[in-house]
Amino acid sequence: MSEILILGGRVVDPASGLDAERDVLLRDGRVSAVEKPGVLKGVAAAEKLDATGCVVAPGLIDVHVHLREPGQTYKESIATGTAAAAAGGFTTVVAMPNTVPVNDSVAGLEWMLDAARGSVVNLLAMPAATMGSMGVDLTDFSALRKAGAVGFTDDGKPVLEDEVMRAALTAAARLGVPISQHAEDTRLTGGCSMNAGPVAFRLGLRGMPVEAEARIVERDIRLLREIEKAEGLRPHLHVQHVSTARAMEAIRAAKREGLHITCEVAPHHFTLTDEAIGDYDTHAKMNPPLRAELDRAAMIAALMDGTADCIATDHAPHAPHEKEQEFERAPNGITGLETALGLALRVLHRGQGMPLLRVVELMSANPSRIISLDGHGTLRKGSVADVTIFNPATEWNFAAKDSRSKSRNTPFDGAPMLGRVQATICTGRVVFRG
Amino acid sequence: MSVATTRKAAEYAPGSLLTIENLSLEEVSAILAETARIERLPHAERVGMLAGRRVALLFYESSTRTRTSFELAAKSLGATTTLVSDKSSSIEKGESLKDTGLTLRALGAECIILRHPCSGAPFLLARMTGLPVLNAGDGMHEHPSQALLDLRTILTRLHGPAAAVTARPDSLASVTVAITGDILHSRVARSNALLLPKLGARVLLCGPEKLLPETALGLGGGVEIVRDFDAALKRSQVVMMLRIQKERLAGLELDLADYVARYQLSRERAAAYAANALVMHPGPMNRGVEIEGEVADGPQSAVEDQVRHGLAVRSALLVRALGAGRFESIRV
Repeated sequence: MSEILILGGRVVDPASGLDAERDVLLRDGRVSAVEKPGVLKGVAAAEKLDATGCVVAPGLIDVHVHLREPGQTYKESIATGTAAAAAGGFTTVVAMPNTVPVNDSVAGLEWMLDAARGSVVNLLAMPAATMGSMGVDLTDFSALRKAGAVGFTDDGKPVLEDEVMRAALTAAARLGVPISQHAEDTRLTGGCSMNAGPVAFRLGLRGMPVEAEARIVERDIRLLREIEKAEGLRPHLHVQHVSTARAMEAIRAAKREGLHITCEVAPHHFTLTDEAIGDYDTHAKMNPPLRAELDRAAMIAALMDGTADCIATDHAPHAPHEKEQEFERAPNGITGLETALGLALRVLHRGQGMPLLRVVELMSANPSRIISLDGHGTLRKGSVADVTIFNPATEWNFAAKDSRSKSRNTPFDGAPMLGRVQATICTGRVVFRG
Repeated sequence: MSVATTRKAAEYAPGSLLTIENLSLEEVSAILAETARIERLPHAERVGMLAGRRVALLFYESSTRTRTSFELAAKSLGATTTLVSDKSSSIEKGESLKDTGLTLRALGAECIILRHPCSGAPFLLARMTGLPVLNAGDGMHEHPSQALLDLRTILTRLHGPAAAVTARPDSLASVTVAITGDILHSRVARSNALLLPKLGARVLLCGPEKLLPETALGLGGGVEIVRDFDAALKRSQVVMMLRIQKERLAGLELDLADYVARYQLSRERAAAYAANALVMHPGPMNRGVEIEGEVADGPQSAVEDQVRHGLAVRSALLVRALGAGRFESIRV
């Protein structure tokens, strides 16, 4: 494999506590050297990348994406979704199982992870926790783990029943992987298409109360506690797309208690509120929905204080004809791979003073730990050569028409971004050039 | 910091009436003025105002008053109308609102009057077709023409016909309107609660929590929640009753007898607390549930006035939608 020499950049590597000007040498798919400027001057390398003015970070990792393959490739494929990921600076993505059919078997998982799918970056997957994500019978956790599963989730849906979630957390604990929970009490959200509150009232739409998210999170935390006590195991709950202050407060308390709980926040939940729906813009419709300002502020506070472990996009492509429907009928979800970094830097780094070290921690180091991805999330010598080079000062406007995704369902078309990816390197190969 | 994605009003064809929320007082005034002007026109002139113009009515929900009102208004101005209902069209085969709208446009429709069970549907239709769209009721959201005819009724009955020709910020100053019924699900309540305060009225929303959540206060200034119906009546010059569906009460676990005792406009209650108030109802009425028949048919009732004003107001709305009459200068 050829060498790449990255010169003149600022290495920001929270896992090794490094934020300094360093040159980086990649060789044979690994980080070969990270040295002060000048040290690597004489090294022969097939490719030299000029990273002047740029941050050189461990490749970004998104633990929550929907790639729509198999079964819905009219709106995204593994190839196009991962191309969008690479453009957004991601070198690893974790695919959710709500494909058609649901990814709940070893055959399905192996098919999805096969190189023939043409993934541009490292593709991992969390298969369903229950058969068909119906919430009744657990899938074969052990066999799926052996086949490469990095966790289990019924995403799109919650694992609702106490006993099923208890069994899932227990089984996953024995294998050392998390249950990634879409926390929604669907008994409280029937017919709802946005957040409950004055905006929903004004728009004449049924709204999901914050309790619908908080109650499931609180229930799951109780199960963690019970399993630790009863089984002597340490189950890992990863709460997906947290959107409410109340759920985040429960997570904060659970962490203080020492339970093994992690969580993710999506960029739209720290950037927008339910006011963004405006004149019934279905590009502002997703689940969990955009919430009130106090919830958005709580998401930001959690990202700042460590209660939130990572940023995950919940990239959810949909075709135009699907989103061009009446608001309550349109499917939930927006794309997000190519706007995550730009929003994180604009809203959190510039807007809230979050240090770049913490941004990279949220988008690389922590996600790698959540899914126990050894050798990733860091630029320590010997680690996998997954690198994201981005200019943290570039101000630009995202244009949906330029997206590498098949779909254009985003509320951020024309929105201002801060920071732009210059190059994405995956296992020592450049997979995107800005 | 929130990035809003609200489209500017300019994205919808002028002449559309999608919401009261986005309707300025000046526009309300212009509509009232044109309503009066058309009403006074000799028949021969009126019947030629929209001669040869094509209006499509797209009704996904059944309707007596609104549909007939718009149809008759259009025909009385000389327009050609066509009605597409979901029960007798390809909508039954799953054809989308977008495609239905584009088809109507291709068939020559110059404006579409839409009634739809989904809140926000008129926006979608307006965006997809670029045609002027008149919202004839979208889900729980708004029923703008109803609020305008209610306004004309109130102004005429309280202050006389001359007062109903214009809308000023103080046209309804010192007027309090109590709106009672299933407010949570009522587009009529929302539109009225948004319109009446623009003219200085105070709106009292009445009902139990399950039919009237506190989030209703988000409708804006001039809107109050009053749980005690009698107290609300004592303060009001206008009482607007909204239909209560028995099945909905049951679904929300509300006792019908209890509801009637607390919130029905009975003859007794009207005599005790609202003896001089104007009584209104958009229809259809569930006599014996939200209102007693005697009150609905009594001297205080303006129910038939409402229907008459509806025809007049909708005539003006059609003229506005098609850029005719005093609205000719507004290019579609």
